[in-house]
Amino acid sequence: MQVENAIEVKHLFKKFDQQIAVNDVSFTVKKGEVFGLLGPNGAGKTTILRMLTTLLKPNSGDITIFGHDLKTDGKKARATFGVTGQYASVDEDLSAKENLIIFSRLNGLSKKAAHIRANELLKEFSLEKSADKSIKNFSVGMRRRLDLAISLITRPALIFLDEPTTGLDPRTRTQMWDTIRSLVKQGSTIFLTTQYLEEADNLADRVAVIDHGKLIKIGTPDQLKQQLSESTMSLKVENNSDITSASKTLQLRLNNQPKIIDNTITIKFKNTDQVIDSLAELKKQQIGITDFTVQQPTLDDVFMALTVGTN
Amino acid sequence: MMEIKKNHTNTFQNIITMAYRNLLKTLHNPDQFMDVLIQPIMFMILFGYLFGGAIAGGVHAYLPIIVPGILAQTILSAASGSGTQIREDMETGIYDRFKSLPISHIAPLAGQLLADISRLFIACVASLITGYFMGWRPNVSFSWIVVIVLIAIFIGWAISWIYALVGLLAKSATMVESISLMTMLLLSFLSNAFIPIKTLPKVLQAIANLNPMTYVITAIRQILAHGTFSNTTWIVLLAGVAIVLIFAPLTVWAYNKQN
Repeated sequence: MQVENAIEVKHLFKKFDQQIAVNDVSFTVKKGEVFGLLGPNGAGKTTILRMLTTLLKPNSGDITIFGHDLKTDGKKARATFGVTGQYASVDEDLSAKENLIIFSRLNGLSKKAAHIRANELLKEFSLEKSADKSIKNFSVGMRRRLDLAISLITRPALIFLDEPTTGLDPRTRTQMWDTIRSLVKQGSTIFLTTQYLEEADNLADRVAVIDHGKLIKIGTPDQLKQQLSESTMSLKVENNSDITSASKTLQLRLNNQPKIIDNTITIKFKNTDQVIDSLAELKKQQIGITDFTVQQPTLDDVFMALTVGTN
Repeated sequence: MMEIKKNHTNTFQNIITMAYRNLLKTLHNPDQFMDVLIQPIMFMILFGYLFGGAIAGGVHAYLPIIVPGILAQTILSAASGSGTQIREDMETGIYDRFKSLPISHIAPLAGQLLADISRLFIACVASLITGYFMGWRPNVSFSWIVVIVLIAIFIGWAISWIYALVGLLAKSATMVESISLMTMLLLSFLSNAFIPIKTLPKVLQAIANLNPMTYVITAIRQILAHGTFSNTTWIVLLAGVAIVLIFAPLTVWAYNKQN
Protein backbone atom coordinates (compact mmCIF):
# COMPACT_ATOMS: atom_id res chain seq x y z
CA MET A 1 0.00 0.00 0.00
CA GLN A 2 1.19 3.46 -0.85
CA VAL A 3 -0.51 5.33 1.97
CA GLU A 4 1.82 6.88 4.51
CA ASN A 5 -0.67 7.37 7.28
CA ALA A 6 -2.64 4.77 9.14
CA ILE A 7 -5.26 7.27 10.25
CA GLU A 8 -6.13 10.73 8.99
CA VAL A 9 -8.72 12.75 10.84
CA LYS A 10 -9.85 16.15 9.59
CA HIS A 11 -12.14 18.56 11.40
CA LEU A 12 -14.05 15.90 13.24
CA PHE A 13 -17.18 17.14 14.93
CA LYS A 14 -19.78 15.26 16.96
CA LYS A 15 -22.77 16.53 18.87
CA PHE A 16 -25.12 14.58 21.14
CA ASP A 17 -28.36 16.51 21.44
CA GLN A 18 -27.13 19.92 22.55
CA GLN A 19 -23.84 18.66 23.96
CA ILE A 20 -20.74 19.03 21.80
CA ALA A 21 -18.70 15.89 22.44
CA VAL A 22 -15.94 16.32 19.86
CA ASN A 23 -15.09 19.76 18.56
CA ASP A 24 -13.02 20.22 15.40
CA VAL A 25 -10.41 17.56 16.07
CA SER A 26 -7.74 16.86 13.43
CA PHE A 27 -4.70 14.60 13.62
CA THR A 28 -2.82 11.95 11.69
CA VAL A 29 -1.36 8.69 12.90
CA LYS A 30 1.64 7.39 10.97
CA LYS A 31 2.10 3.77 10.10
CA GLY A 32 3.90 1.83 12.78
CA GLU A 33 3.58 4.38 15.55
CA VAL A 34 1.87 4.17 18.89
CA PHE A 35 -0.51 7.07 19.18
CA GLY A 36 -2.02 7.88 22.54
CA LEU A 37 -5.19 9.84 23.08
CA LEU A 38 -5.00 11.19 26.57
CA GLY A 39 -7.68 12.89 28.56
CA PRO A 40 -9.81 12.72 31.68
CA ASN A 41 -13.12 10.88 31.87
CA GLY A 42 -15.72 12.41 29.60
CA ALA A 43 -13.19 14.31 27.50
CA GLY A 44 -14.40 12.67 24.29
CA LYS A 45 -11.82 9.90 23.92
CA THR A 46 -14.25 7.05 23.52
CA THR A 47 -16.47 9.09 21.20
CA ILE A 48 -13.50 9.68 18.91
CA LEU A 49 -12.55 6.01 19.06
CA ARG A 50 -16.10 4.95 18.23
CA MET A 51 -16.09 7.22 15.20
CA LEU A 52 -12.70 5.88 14.07
CA THR A 53 -13.97 2.31 14.32
CA THR A 54 -17.18 3.08 12.37
CA LEU A 55 -19.42 2.49 15.38
CA LEU A 56 -20.56 6.09 15.38
CA LYS A 57 -21.08 8.55 12.56
CA PRO A 58 -19.57 12.01 12.96
CA ASN A 59 -21.75 15.07 12.33
CA SER A 60 -19.03 16.44 10.11
CA GLY A 61 -15.39 15.88 9.27
CA ASP A 62 -13.43 13.22 7.42
CA ILE A 63 -11.74 10.06 8.59
CA THR A 64 -9.58 7.83 6.42
CA ILE A 65 -7.98 4.61 7.59
CA PHE A 66 -5.16 3.33 5.39
CA GLY A 67 -6.62 5.52 2.68
CA HIS A 68 -10.16 4.15 2.98
CA ASP A 69 -12.70 6.88 3.53
CA LEU A 70 -15.00 5.70 6.30
CA LYS A 71 -17.99 7.37 4.66
CA THR A 72 -17.76 5.28 1.52
CA ASP A 73 -15.43 2.41 2.32
CA GLY A 74 -16.35 1.41 5.87
CA LYS A 75 -16.23 -2.32 5.29
CA LYS A 76 -12.77 -2.20 3.66
CA ALA A 77 -11.50 -0.06 6.49
CA ARG A 78 -12.91 -2.47 9.07
CA ALA A 79 -10.90 -5.26 7.45
CA THR A 80 -7.67 -3.47 8.40
CA PHE A 81 -8.11 -3.01 12.12
CA GLY A 82 -8.94 -4.77 15.37
CA VAL A 83 -10.70 -3.17 18.33
CA THR A 84 -10.42 -3.87 22.02
CA GLY A 85 -13.14 -2.12 23.92
CA GLN A 86 -13.16 -0.39 27.23
CA TYR A 87 -15.16 -3.12 28.89
CA ALA A 88 -13.82 -6.38 27.57
CA SER A 89 -16.64 -7.35 25.27
CA VAL A 90 -16.42 -11.09 25.07
CA ASP A 91 -19.20 -13.63 25.07
CA GLU A 92 -19.86 -14.40 28.73
CA ASP A 93 -21.63 -17.69 28.17
CA LEU A 94 -18.97 -19.15 25.91
CA SER A 95 -15.52 -20.51 26.64
CA ALA A 96 -12.34 -18.69 25.67
CA LYS A 97 -11.72 -21.04 22.81
CA GLU A 98 -15.28 -20.80 21.48
CA ASN A 99 -14.99 -17.03 21.54
CA LEU A 100 -11.78 -17.15 19.53
CA ILE A 101 -13.18 -19.62 17.03
CA ILE A 102 -16.38 -17.67 16.45
CA PHE A 103 -14.54 -14.41 15.93
CA SER A 104 -12.05 -16.17 13.66
CA ARG A 105 -14.91 -17.50 11.57
CA LEU A 106 -16.50 -14.05 11.43
CA ASN A 107 -13.18 -12.73 10.21
CA GLY A 108 -13.30 -15.15 7.33
CA LEU A 109 -11.02 -17.94 8.52
CA SER A 110 -11.92 -21.45 7.48
CA LYS A 111 -12.99 -23.92 10.18
CA LYS A 112 -9.55 -25.49 10.28
CA ALA A 113 -7.69 -22.18 10.23
CA ALA A 114 -9.97 -20.88 12.99
CA HIS A 115 -9.04 -23.80 15.25
CA ILE A 116 -5.33 -23.40 14.55
CA ARG A 117 -5.44 -19.65 15.14
CA ALA A 118 -7.48 -20.04 18.33
CA ASN A 119 -4.91 -22.45 19.74
CA GLU A 120 -2.03 -20.17 18.74
CA LEU A 121 -3.60 -17.21 20.48
CA LEU A 122 -4.51 -19.17 23.60
CA LYS A 123 -0.86 -20.13 23.87
CA GLU A 124 0.41 -16.65 23.10
CA PHE A 125 -1.77 -15.12 25.81
CA SER A 126 -1.22 -17.96 28.31
CA LEU A 127 -4.88 -18.92 28.38
CA GLU A 128 -4.36 -22.56 27.38
CA LYS A 129 -5.33 -23.93 30.76
CA SER A 130 -8.58 -22.00 30.82
CA ALA A 131 -9.38 -22.54 27.14
CA ASP A 132 -12.56 -24.52 27.75
CA LYS A 133 -13.72 -22.77 30.89
CA SER A 134 -16.64 -20.38 30.88
CA ILE A 135 -15.49 -16.77 30.85
CA LYS A 136 -17.81 -15.95 33.73
CA ASN A 137 -15.11 -17.25 36.06
CA PHE A 138 -12.27 -15.33 34.45
CA SER A 139 -10.36 -12.62 36.29
CA VAL A 140 -10.36 -9.10 34.84
CA GLY A 141 -6.82 -9.63 33.60
CA MET A 142 -7.65 -12.87 31.81
CA ARG A 143 -10.70 -11.28 30.26
CA ARG A 144 -8.63 -8.40 28.93
CA ARG A 145 -6.07 -10.80 27.52
CA LEU A 146 -8.78 -12.74 25.74
CA ASP A 147 -10.31 -9.50 24.51
CA LEU A 148 -6.98 -8.43 23.07
CA ALA A 149 -6.40 -11.89 21.61
CA ILE A 150 -9.72 -11.62 19.77
CA SER A 151 -8.77 -8.33 18.18
CA LEU A 152 -5.47 -9.85 17.05
CA ILE A 153 -6.96 -12.81 15.23
CA THR A 154 -6.16 -11.46 11.79
CA ARG A 155 -2.92 -9.78 12.83
CA PRO A 156 -4.41 -6.43 11.87
CA ALA A 157 -2.14 -3.62 10.75
CA LEU A 158 -3.92 -1.24 13.09
CA ILE A 159 -5.13 -1.95 16.61
CA PHE A 160 -7.46 0.25 18.62
CA LEU A 161 -7.17 -0.12 22.36
CA ASP A 162 -9.74 1.69 24.47
CA GLU A 163 -8.29 2.17 27.95
CA PRO A 164 -6.51 -1.18 27.83
CA THR A 165 -5.45 -1.18 31.47
CA THR A 166 -8.31 0.56 33.26
CA GLY A 167 -9.21 -1.54 36.27
CA LEU A 168 -6.15 -3.76 36.15
CA ASP A 169 -3.82 -4.31 39.09
CA PRO A 170 -0.23 -3.05 38.66
CA ARG A 171 1.17 -6.47 37.80
CA THR A 172 -1.41 -7.24 35.14
CA ARG A 173 -0.98 -3.72 33.82
CA THR A 174 2.73 -4.25 33.33
CA GLN A 175 1.99 -7.53 31.56
CA MET A 176 -0.45 -5.72 29.29
CA TRP A 177 2.16 -3.10 28.50
CA ASP A 178 4.65 -5.82 27.59
CA THR A 179 2.09 -7.38 25.29
CA ILE A 180 1.42 -4.04 23.62
CA ARG A 181 5.16 -3.42 23.19
CA SER A 182 5.63 -6.77 21.51
CA LEU A 183 2.81 -5.90 19.12
CA VAL A 184 4.64 -2.73 18.22
CA LYS A 185 7.77 -4.75 17.52
CA GLN A 186 5.80 -6.83 15.07
CA GLY A 187 5.04 -3.65 13.17
CA SER A 188 1.48 -2.89 14.19
CA THR A 189 0.18 0.63 14.40
CA ILE A 190 -1.52 1.21 17.72
CA PHE A 191 -4.09 3.80 18.67
CA LEU A 192 -4.81 3.82 22.36
CA THR A 193 -6.89 5.93 24.64
CA THR A 194 -5.96 6.29 28.24
CA GLN A 195 -6.57 8.40 31.28
CA TYR A 196 -3.24 7.36 32.74
CA LEU A 197 -0.47 9.75 31.89
CA GLU A 198 2.08 7.20 32.93
CA GLU A 199 0.69 4.80 30.38
CA ALA A 200 0.89 7.28 27.52
CA ASP A 201 4.39 8.19 28.62
CA ASN A 202 5.43 4.53 28.68
CA LEU A 203 3.90 3.37 25.45
CA ALA A 204 3.13 6.17 23.06
CA ASP A 205 5.38 7.68 20.42
CA ARG A 206 3.06 10.63 20.15
CA VAL A 207 0.32 11.84 22.43
CA ALA A 208 -2.71 13.99 21.78
CA VAL A 209 -4.10 15.65 24.87
CA ILE A 210 -7.84 16.17 24.73
CA ASP A 211 -10.20 17.88 27.10
CA HIS A 212 -13.83 18.89 26.71
CA GLY A 213 -13.85 17.51 23.18
CA LYS A 214 -11.04 19.74 22.02
CA LEU A 215 -7.51 18.82 21.06
CA ILE A 216 -5.24 20.80 23.34
CA LYS A 217 -1.76 19.64 22.39
CA ILE A 218 -0.16 17.03 20.24
CA GLY A 219 3.45 15.83 20.28
CA THR A 220 5.90 13.28 21.63
CA PRO A 221 5.80 12.78 25.39
CA ASP A 222 9.15 14.58 25.56
CA GLN A 223 7.92 17.51 23.52
CA LEU A 224 4.91 17.82 25.76
CA LYS A 225 7.10 17.78 28.77
CA GLN A 226 9.36 20.43 27.25
CA GLN A 227 6.27 22.54 26.79
CA LEU A 228 6.32 22.77 30.47
CA SER A 229 10.04 23.27 29.97
CA GLU A 230 11.16 22.98 33.55
CA SER A 231 12.94 19.95 34.91
CA THR A 232 13.86 19.62 38.53
CA MET A 233 17.22 18.77 40.00
CA SER A 234 18.07 18.09 43.55
CA LEU A 235 21.44 17.69 45.20
CA LYS A 236 22.73 16.94 48.64
CA VAL A 237 25.63 18.87 50.07
CA GLU A 238 28.24 17.07 52.10
CA ASN A 239 28.66 19.71 54.80
CA ASN A 240 25.66 21.46 56.18
CA SER A 241 27.73 24.63 56.52
CA ASP A 242 27.97 24.90 52.73
CA ILE A 243 24.24 24.90 52.18
CA THR A 244 23.71 28.66 52.07
CA SER A 245 26.52 29.43 49.64
CA ALA A 246 25.57 26.45 47.47
CA SER A 247 21.96 27.53 47.20
CA LYS A 248 23.03 31.12 46.45
CA THR A 249 25.20 29.90 43.58
CA LEU A 250 22.44 27.75 42.16
CA GLN A 251 19.90 30.54 42.45
CA LEU A 252 22.21 32.86 40.52
CA ARG A 253 23.13 30.39 37.79
CA LEU A 254 19.72 28.86 37.23
CA ASN A 255 17.62 31.92 37.80
CA ASN A 256 15.20 30.13 40.05
CA GLN A 257 14.21 29.92 43.69
CA PRO A 258 15.72 26.85 45.39
CA LYS A 259 14.00 24.86 48.13
CA ILE A 260 16.09 23.63 51.01
CA ILE A 261 15.24 20.63 53.15
CA ASP A 262 18.00 19.49 55.53
CA ASN A 263 21.06 19.00 53.33
CA THR A 264 19.13 18.83 50.09
CA ILE A 265 18.57 21.64 47.64
CA THR A 266 15.82 21.28 45.04
CA ILE A 267 15.61 23.69 42.15
CA LYS A 268 13.93 23.91 38.76
CA PHE A 269 15.88 24.60 35.57
CA LYS A 270 15.35 25.08 31.85
CA ASN A 271 18.72 24.61 30.26
CA THR A 272 21.09 21.68 30.76
CA ASP A 273 24.19 23.86 30.09
CA GLN A 274 23.30 26.03 33.04
CA VAL A 275 23.29 22.96 35.24
CA ILE A 276 26.77 21.92 34.11
CA ASP A 277 28.04 25.45 34.71
CA SER A 278 26.51 25.62 38.15
CA LEU A 279 27.98 22.28 39.14
CA ALA A 280 31.39 23.39 37.94
CA GLU A 281 31.01 26.54 40.01
CA LEU A 282 30.19 24.48 43.10
CA LYS A 283 33.27 22.39 42.51
CA LYS A 284 35.38 25.54 42.21
CA GLN A 285 34.07 26.62 45.61
CA GLN A 286 35.01 23.14 46.87
CA ILE A 287 31.50 22.31 47.97
CA GLY A 288 31.14 18.54 48.14
CA ILE A 289 28.04 16.89 46.69
CA THR A 290 26.93 13.45 47.80
CA ASP A 291 23.75 12.93 45.88
CA PHE A 292 22.48 14.33 42.60
CA THR A 293 19.28 13.64 40.67
CA VAL A 294 17.47 15.25 37.75
CA GLN A 295 13.80 14.75 37.22
CA GLN A 296 11.86 15.55 34.08
CA PRO A 297 8.31 16.75 34.52
CA THR A 298 5.82 13.89 34.39
CA LEU A 299 2.93 13.96 31.99
CA ASP A 300 0.81 14.56 35.05
CA ASP A 301 2.47 17.93 35.41
CA VAL A 302 1.93 18.61 31.72
CA PHE A 303 -1.66 17.61 31.91
CA MET A 304 -2.37 19.77 34.90
CA ALA A 305 -0.66 22.71 33.24
CA LEU A 306 -2.47 22.24 29.93
CA THR A 307 -5.92 21.82 31.33
CA VAL A 308 -5.56 24.43 33.98
CA GLY A 309 -8.57 26.67 34.21
CA THR A 310 -10.66 24.57 31.84
CA ASN A 311 -12.06 22.42 34.60
CA MET B 1 4.08 -18.32 10.71
CA MET B 2 0.91 -18.86 8.80
CA GLU B 3 -0.21 -15.76 6.96
CA ILE B 4 -3.71 -14.73 7.86
CA LYS B 5 -5.75 -12.79 5.43
CA LYS B 6 -8.90 -11.06 6.37
CA ASN B 7 -11.34 -12.24 3.78
CA HIS B 8 -14.48 -10.42 2.99
CA THR B 9 -16.77 -13.13 4.18
CA ASN B 10 -20.10 -13.66 2.59
CA THR B 11 -23.26 -12.75 4.38
CA PHE B 12 -24.62 -16.27 4.43
CA GLN B 13 -21.51 -17.63 6.13
CA ASN B 14 -21.65 -14.81 8.69
CA ILE B 15 -25.25 -15.57 9.52
CA ILE B 16 -24.49 -19.27 10.02
CA THR B 17 -21.62 -18.40 12.36
CA MET B 18 -23.79 -15.98 14.32
CA ALA B 19 -26.54 -18.60 14.61
CA TYR B 20 -23.96 -21.13 15.82
CA ARG B 21 -22.80 -18.66 18.46
CA ASN B 22 -26.36 -18.14 19.56
CA LEU B 23 -27.08 -21.84 19.94
CA LEU B 24 -23.86 -22.36 21.88
CA LYS B 25 -25.03 -19.63 24.24
CA THR B 26 -28.34 -21.39 24.72
CA LEU B 27 -26.57 -24.66 25.47
CA HIS B 28 -24.22 -23.04 27.99
CA ASN B 29 -26.79 -20.84 29.64
CA PRO B 30 -29.10 -22.64 32.07
CA ASP B 31 -31.75 -19.86 31.89
CA GLN B 32 -32.28 -20.19 28.19
CA PHE B 33 -31.97 -23.92 28.28
CA MET B 34 -34.80 -23.99 30.83
CA ASP B 35 -37.01 -21.97 28.49
CA VAL B 36 -36.68 -24.29 25.53
CA LEU B 37 -36.29 -27.70 27.10
CA ILE B 38 -37.19 -27.93 30.77
CA GLN B 39 -40.22 -25.64 30.77
CA PRO B 40 -42.29 -27.52 28.14
CA ILE B 41 -41.55 -30.85 29.80
CA MET B 42 -42.36 -29.54 33.24
CA PHE B 43 -45.57 -27.73 32.26
CA MET B 44 -46.80 -30.69 30.26
CA ILE B 45 -46.39 -33.07 33.19
CA LEU B 46 -47.53 -30.60 35.84
CA PHE B 47 -50.64 -29.26 34.10
CA GLY B 48 -51.48 -32.62 32.59
CA TYR B 49 -51.77 -34.35 35.93
CA LEU B 50 -52.99 -31.27 37.80
CA PHE B 51 -55.92 -30.28 35.57
CA GLY B 52 -56.50 -33.52 33.68
CA GLY B 53 -58.97 -35.00 36.15
CA ALA B 54 -60.84 -31.77 36.82
CA ILE B 55 -61.25 -30.62 33.25
CA ALA B 56 -61.47 -33.76 31.15
CA GLY B 57 -62.13 -36.46 33.70
CA GLY B 58 -58.68 -37.98 33.32
CA VAL B 59 -55.18 -37.37 32.01
CA HIS B 60 -55.69 -39.46 28.92
CA ALA B 61 -58.77 -37.55 27.81
CA TYR B 62 -57.07 -34.25 28.62
CA LEU B 63 -53.97 -34.84 26.51
CA PRO B 64 -55.48 -33.92 23.11
CA ILE B 65 -56.45 -30.57 24.69
CA ILE B 66 -53.28 -29.80 26.55
CA VAL B 67 -50.64 -30.98 24.05
CA PRO B 68 -51.50 -28.26 21.49
CA GLY B 69 -51.90 -25.81 24.40
CA ILE B 70 -48.44 -26.46 25.80
CA LEU B 71 -47.03 -26.44 22.26
CA ALA B 72 -48.38 -22.93 21.74
CA GLN B 73 -47.21 -21.75 25.14
CA THR B 74 -43.76 -23.17 24.44
CA ILE B 75 -43.27 -21.45 21.12
CA LEU B 76 -44.36 -18.19 22.68
CA SER B 77 -41.83 -18.51 25.45
CA ALA B 78 -39.02 -19.71 23.14
CA ALA B 79 -39.75 -16.80 20.80
CA SER B 80 -39.62 -14.30 23.63
CA GLY B 81 -36.07 -15.42 24.43
CA SER B 82 -35.00 -13.65 21.27
CA GLY B 83 -35.68 -10.20 22.66
CA THR B 84 -33.87 -10.87 25.92
CA GLN B 85 -30.81 -12.15 24.09
CA ILE B 86 -30.62 -9.18 21.76
CA ARG B 87 -30.94 -6.76 24.68
CA GLU B 88 -28.25 -8.60 26.65
CA ASP B 89 -25.89 -8.57 23.69
CA MET B 90 -26.37 -4.86 23.29
CA GLU B 91 -25.73 -4.28 26.96
CA THR B 92 -22.48 -6.24 27.09
CA GLY B 93 -21.10 -4.29 24.15
CA ILE B 94 -20.55 -7.36 22.05
CA TYR B 95 -22.75 -5.95 19.30
CA ASP B 96 -20.29 -3.08 18.99
CA ARG B 97 -17.57 -5.57 18.43
CA PHE B 98 -19.59 -7.37 15.78
CA LYS B 99 -20.24 -4.08 14.07
CA SER B 100 -16.54 -3.29 13.94
CA LEU B 101 -15.86 -6.54 12.07
CA PRO B 102 -15.79 -6.73 8.28
CA ILE B 103 -19.04 -8.69 8.28
CA SER B 104 -22.44 -8.00 6.88
CA HIS B 105 -24.15 -5.46 9.10
CA ILE B 106 -27.32 -7.50 9.41
CA ALA B 107 -25.59 -10.81 10.28
CA PRO B 108 -25.90 -10.59 14.10
CA LEU B 109 -29.66 -10.02 13.92
CA ALA B 110 -30.22 -12.56 11.18
CA GLY B 111 -28.12 -15.13 13.03
CA GLN B 112 -30.25 -14.60 16.12
CA LEU B 113 -33.45 -15.25 14.19
CA LEU B 114 -31.98 -18.29 12.48
CA ALA B 115 -30.97 -19.73 15.84
CA ASP B 116 -34.51 -19.04 17.06
CA ILE B 117 -35.75 -21.59 14.53
CA SER B 118 -33.55 -24.27 16.07
CA ARG B 119 -34.64 -23.31 19.57
CA LEU B 120 -38.28 -23.47 18.52
CA PHE B 121 -37.69 -26.88 16.98
CA ILE B 122 -36.15 -28.23 20.20
CA ALA B 123 -39.01 -26.77 22.26
CA CYS B 124 -41.70 -28.28 19.98
CA VAL B 125 -40.10 -31.70 19.95
CA ALA B 126 -39.66 -31.63 23.73
CA SER B 127 -43.34 -30.90 24.34
CA LEU B 128 -44.60 -33.49 21.85
CA ILE B 129 -42.32 -36.24 23.14
CA THR B 130 -43.34 -35.54 26.74
CA GLY B 131 -46.96 -35.77 25.66
CA TYR B 132 -46.23 -39.05 23.95
CA PHE B 133 -44.72 -40.50 27.10
CA MET B 134 -47.77 -39.43 29.06
CA GLY B 135 -49.92 -41.47 26.71
CA TRP B 136 -50.88 -38.98 23.99
CA ARG B 137 -51.52 -40.84 20.72
CA PRO B 138 -52.69 -38.59 17.89
CA ASN B 139 -55.16 -40.03 15.38
CA VAL B 140 -53.32 -38.67 12.37
CA SER B 141 -50.30 -39.93 10.48
CA PHE B 142 -46.76 -38.86 11.36
CA SER B 143 -46.56 -36.48 8.40
CA TRP B 144 -49.32 -34.37 9.99
CA ILE B 145 -47.24 -34.17 13.16
CA VAL B 146 -44.43 -32.83 11.03
CA VAL B 147 -46.88 -30.29 9.58
CA ILE B 148 -47.96 -28.99 13.00
CA VAL B 149 -44.34 -28.73 14.11
CA LEU B 150 -43.59 -26.69 11.00
CA ILE B 151 -46.60 -24.45 11.59
CA ALA B 152 -45.64 -23.98 15.24
CA ILE B 153 -42.06 -23.10 14.29
CA PHE B 154 -43.22 -20.66 11.65
CA ILE B 155 -45.62 -18.91 14.03
CA GLY B 156 -43.00 -18.87 16.77
CA TRP B 157 -40.47 -17.44 14.35
CA ALA B 158 -42.90 -14.74 13.23
CA ILE B 159 -43.49 -13.82 16.89
CA SER B 160 -39.77 -13.71 17.61
CA TRP B 161 -39.54 -10.76 15.17
CA ILE B 162 -41.90 -8.89 17.50
CA TYR B 163 -39.82 -9.75 20.56
CA ALA B 164 -36.63 -8.84 18.69
CA LEU B 165 -38.11 -5.39 18.14
CA VAL B 166 -39.05 -5.16 21.82
CA GLY B 167 -35.48 -6.20 22.66
CA LEU B 168 -34.03 -3.47 20.47
CA LEU B 169 -36.26 -0.75 21.85
CA ALA B 170 -36.50 -1.71 25.53
CA LYS B 171 -34.35 -0.08 28.16
CA SER B 172 -32.97 -3.20 29.83
CA ALA B 173 -32.82 -6.97 29.56
CA THR B 174 -34.76 -7.30 32.81
CA MET B 175 -37.56 -5.25 31.33
CA VAL B 176 -37.67 -7.43 28.22
CA GLU B 177 -37.84 -10.48 30.46
CA SER B 178 -40.79 -9.18 32.44
CA ILE B 179 -42.61 -8.13 29.28
CA SER B 180 -41.99 -11.59 27.84
CA LEU B 181 -43.20 -13.37 30.93
CA MET B 182 -46.29 -11.22 31.26
CA THR B 183 -47.37 -11.60 27.64
CA MET B 184 -46.64 -15.31 27.78
CA LEU B 185 -48.81 -15.80 30.87
CA LEU B 186 -51.67 -13.63 29.60
CA LEU B 187 -51.72 -15.05 26.10
CA SER B 188 -51.43 -18.68 27.13
CA PHE B 189 -53.82 -18.67 30.10
CA LEU B 190 -56.47 -16.38 28.63
CA SER B 191 -56.95 -18.78 25.74
CA ASN B 192 -58.26 -22.24 25.10
CA ALA B 193 -54.84 -23.76 25.85
CA PHE B 194 -55.83 -25.48 29.08
CA ILE B 195 -59.56 -25.04 29.50
CA PRO B 196 -62.75 -24.90 27.42
CA ILE B 197 -63.48 -21.21 26.83
CA LYS B 198 -67.19 -21.79 27.64
CA THR B 199 -66.35 -22.10 31.34
CA LEU B 200 -65.06 -18.51 31.51
CA PRO B 201 -67.08 -15.42 32.51
CA LYS B 202 -68.51 -13.54 29.50
CA VAL B 203 -65.85 -10.78 29.37
CA LEU B 204 -62.98 -13.20 29.57
CA GLN B 205 -64.65 -15.40 26.95
CA ALA B 206 -64.66 -12.46 24.56
CA ILE B 207 -60.99 -11.78 25.24
CA ALA B 208 -60.02 -15.44 24.95
CA ASN B 209 -61.86 -15.70 21.63
CA LEU B 210 -59.89 -12.74 20.31
CA ASN B 211 -56.59 -14.08 21.62
CA PRO B 212 -54.36 -15.02 18.66
CA MET B 213 -53.08 -18.00 20.65
CA THR B 214 -56.60 -19.43 20.65
CA TYR B 215 -56.50 -19.44 16.86
CA VAL B 216 -53.12 -21.14 16.77
CA ILE B 217 -54.23 -23.78 19.25
CA THR B 218 -57.53 -24.37 17.45
CA ALA B 219 -55.71 -24.76 14.14
CA ILE B 220 -53.33 -27.33 15.60
CA ARG B 221 -56.14 -29.25 17.34
CA GLN B 222 -58.15 -29.42 14.15
CA ILE B 223 -55.23 -30.81 12.21
CA LEU B 224 -54.53 -33.36 14.93
CA ALA B 225 -58.19 -34.39 15.07
CA HIS B 226 -59.08 -34.51 11.40
CA GLY B 227 -55.84 -34.42 9.43
CA THR B 228 -57.00 -31.46 7.32
CA PHE B 229 -56.24 -27.79 6.91
CA SER B 230 -59.22 -25.82 8.19
CA ASN B 231 -60.01 -22.16 7.62
CA THR B 232 -58.43 -21.38 10.98
CA THR B 233 -55.16 -22.91 9.79
CA TRP B 234 -55.09 -20.59 6.81
CA ILE B 235 -55.97 -17.58 8.96
CA VAL B 236 -53.13 -18.45 11.34
CA LEU B 237 -50.61 -18.90 8.52
CA LEU B 238 -51.67 -15.64 6.85
CA ALA B 239 -51.43 -13.84 10.18
CA GLY B 240 -47.90 -15.25 10.55
CA VAL B 241 -46.95 -13.93 7.13
CA ALA B 242 -48.47 -10.56 7.99
CA ILE B 243 -46.50 -10.35 11.24
CA VAL B 244 -43.26 -11.04 9.40
CA LEU B 245 -44.10 -8.52 6.67
CA ILE B 246 -44.82 -5.82 9.26
CA PHE B 247 -42.28 -6.56 11.96
CA ALA B 248 -39.24 -7.67 9.95
CA PRO B 249 -38.80 -4.24 8.31
CA LEU B 250 -39.55 -2.47 11.62
CA THR B 251 -37.02 -4.61 13.48
CA VAL B 252 -34.35 -4.11 10.83
CA TRP B 253 -35.06 -0.39 10.91
CA ALA B 254 -34.72 -0.26 14.71
CA TYR B 255 -31.56 -2.35 14.48
CA ASN B 256 -29.95 -0.02 11.97
CA LYS B 257 -30.94 2.97 14.03
CA GLN B 258 -29.09 1.69 17.10
CA ASN B 259 -26.02 3.55 15.98
